[in-house]
Amino acid sequence: MARKLLLKDIDVPGIRSFDVYRKQGGYASVEKALKTMTPDQVIDEVKKSGLRGRGGAGFPTGMKWSFLDRRSDKPRYLICNADESEPGTFKDRYLMEYIPHSLIEGMIVSSYALGAKTSYIYMRGEFRWIFPILEQAIEEARAAGFLGNNILGTGYSLELYVHPGAGAYICGEETAQIESLEGKRGNPRNKPPFPAVVGLYGCPSVVNNVESIAAVPHILTMGGDEYSKIGVGKSTGTKLISASGHINKPGVYEIELGLPVEEFIYSDEYCGGIWKGRKMKAVIAGGSSVPILPANLILKTAKGEPRLMSYESLADGGFQTGTMLGSGGFIVMDETTCIVRNLWTFARFYHHESCGQCSPCREGTGWMEKVLHRLEHGHGHMHDIDLLVNVAKNIEGNTICPLGDAAAWPVASAIRHFREEFEYHVKHPEKVKDRKHFEKEPFVSEKKLTVAETV
Amino acid sequence: MEFLEGALALMEIRLGSIKKNIDGMLKVTIDGIETEVAEGTTILQAARKIGGEIVPPAMCYYSTLKNSGGKCRACLVKVAAGSAKDPRPMPKLVPSCITGVQDGMVVENITNPAVLEARKGVVEFLLLNHPLDCPICDQAGECDLQNFAYEHGMANTRYEEDRRKFEPHEIGDKIKLHMTRCILCYRCTYVADQITDNRVHGILNRGDKAEISTYIEKAIENDFSGNMIDVCPVGALTDKTFRFKSRVWFTKPLDAHRDCPKCSGKVVLWTKGNDVLRVTGRKDQYGEVKEFICNECRYEHKDMNDWVVEGPRHIERSSVIAQNHYERIDLQKLKQDVERQLKFQEGKRLNESNNIPS
Repeated sequence: MARKLLLKDIDVPGIRSFDVYRKQGGYASVEKALKTMTPDQVIDEVKKSGLRGRGGAGFPTGMKWSFLDRRSDKPRYLICNADESEPGTFKDRYLMEYIPHSLIEGMIVSSYALGAKTSYIYMRGEFRWIFPILEQAIEEARAAGFLGNNILGTGYSLELYVHPGAGAYICGEETAQIESLEGKRGNPRNKPPFPAVVGLYGCPSVVNNVESIAAVPHILTMGGDEYSKIGVGKSTGTKLISASGHINKPGVYEIELGLPVEEFIYSDEYCGGIWKGRKMKAVIAGGSSVPILPANLILKTAKGEPRLMSYESLADGGFQTGTMLGSGGFIVMDETTCIVRNLWTFARFYHHESCGQCSPCREGTGWMEKVLHRLEHGHGHMHDIDLLVNVAKNIEGNTICPLGDAAAWPVASAIRHFREEFEYHVKHPEKVKDRKHFEKEPFVSEKKLTVAETV
Repeated sequence: MEFLEGALALMEIRLGSIKKNIDGMLKVTIDGIETEVAEGTTILQAARKIGGEIVPPAMCYYSTLKNSGGKCRACLVKVAAGSAKDPRPMPKLVPSCITGVQDGMVVENITNPAVLEARKGVVEFLLLNHPLDCPICDQAGECDLQNFAYEHGMANTRYEEDRRKFEPHEIGDKIKLHMTRCILCYRCTYVADQITDNRVHGILNRGDKAEISTYIEKAIENDFSGNMIDVCPVGALTDKTFRFKSRVWFTKPLDAHRDCPKCSGKVVLWTKGNDVLRVTGRKDQYGEVKEFICNECRYEHKDMNDWVVEGPRHIERSSVIAQNHYERIDLQKLKQDVERQLKFQEGKRLNESNNIPS
């Protein structure tokens, strides 16, 4: 069994309550940090641990904290980004629902490290049922003296609030989240200035993912150096992966970074192989925004090395033959999946979630969705495929926030790796009018057929 | 002797740098043209200081409106060197209207094919859901989107689907909103925000369904609400007292003023014969009104006798409004303009063949 940190106590009955969580050794990091360490020491430990942001971008958390403007005399804020809405990602929901106190504990020590007197958990609006769970956890922690004025008699005070959003994917972008928290329309801000200098209410702020914050207590109790030994290279620690799609055992798994992808998909400890004995066709490794990879490229890199579940190994080969670890939304597709239909679904999502502030994203996402709808339903033309590539290129990098990139990457990568399937949709409009076309008759590459005949 | 000259030159450079430090002026190079600007200036403002072809187009930025800019992505430029201290290029194209200059920054606008390519994409995106009803639109002839598309866009469209449609709305009794034409530059919302205390005018919905609206068709009751028409870069907000009266190029614009207790009273009268068809604020060469005018000046005084006429308004020769030929033609300047335009076109072609973006 691999080492577990975040989900170590998930099977303990009643772990949701404060008493059981405390009995399992919870809140020890709060006592350790507040009583024996200075805020700078806490930040140093997190830096040493090499913890990287678990929300998708993989930016080192310790470095993000050190960018916080400490010279200004304004109050500082910590915001926990619990607006987890990426299709295929559901790890934060699991963590908050079943072990809410791990997040509360992380928020206390992280706020202490940053010198924040008020912290917010910005939660996705659709997670309505988790709202009372977190509220109750906060009340329990307050009753035990871990929140409020003068925590554990150390003189440090912290107020923690849960704020439910109204159901917008864009509010997962940190500046849009800050706008939303301020009570405005959730439009991303232009950067610079970055939130570390001008954030919530114009004050220095840090926005961190739920999982990053929940990892901080473990770093403090075991020490940053010890934590950095887990994992491989610059990808340290453990990561929650939400596995979904055509696998035998979908669910949330905690892995040590550096686990081979092949083992993750086929071992019984994790996904347990592809369902119904079918073959794997493609994998989206980190939530819907990252490039899709065909089966051969996800198991081995272009150089022929086995691919590992780590930030570096998955990104090996750039966007040509690689992808990203992203937020850990691991979607596996078997041979009956239609890549075009899947891509259309994603495009529809990004079209629906674009905030409409900057023109490439507002118009481009809708355009891509319409073209993909046409292709999938058998009304496409050959030139539509190049049109999609061109539109994706015009969106990528030209928008205010990364939503434009997130909408463009899946389109560009799907056409890069599965161009033949798009051509099939144009050539055989009658066949693809049935929505289960590849379930009835799995797609076979014509190129491979001709190769087989000549051999 | 040579040595001495070298030393003198070095001293001059040093003195120059000391002087720069005192003044706090930053040196910035845009398309090979150097200029010095004060700290806090944006790239767009620096380019406007130089003037000419190298000024990036701006659809959403408005210098007199706080927080505007960064949305339309028309003004994207390439920063080839971030600053003298850190000469690395910026990885992405940056919006020049909100990016501040650094000392020693090198910016590429029309000399970079990738920028022109991205701008072409932006034109396409902006026109995607635009109805292209210029023949019946009151803004035609003075429309920023028309100019922008003419300069940077393609002649045909690759869009096959239906365009989005909205019903026209009334914003107060004097302004008509055609949401179909809107490019969501947010300028009018900033006007409304900055002249009223409450958020009475804003954006509803998301993505390409987003629309400008007032709270339940409520009029914006403010003496300066008419300026929303002037700041609109397209024909989305039009003056109901002028709608369908005349094409703008058949009218004769005159600079005029009157004593107004509320505003500066400096306006442009758009006249036909002795009739005043429309009154607007005075737009500068970038289409920006520096001094907003009040609704009384705009709507209530459509009579020549109310105004002191200063003379005909200068209109750029490139503008379609200039076809009225009421101003004496400066042939020398016209020649220069044409030559500059030809040179610019030549430069664009050179770049495309020699410098293909990777």
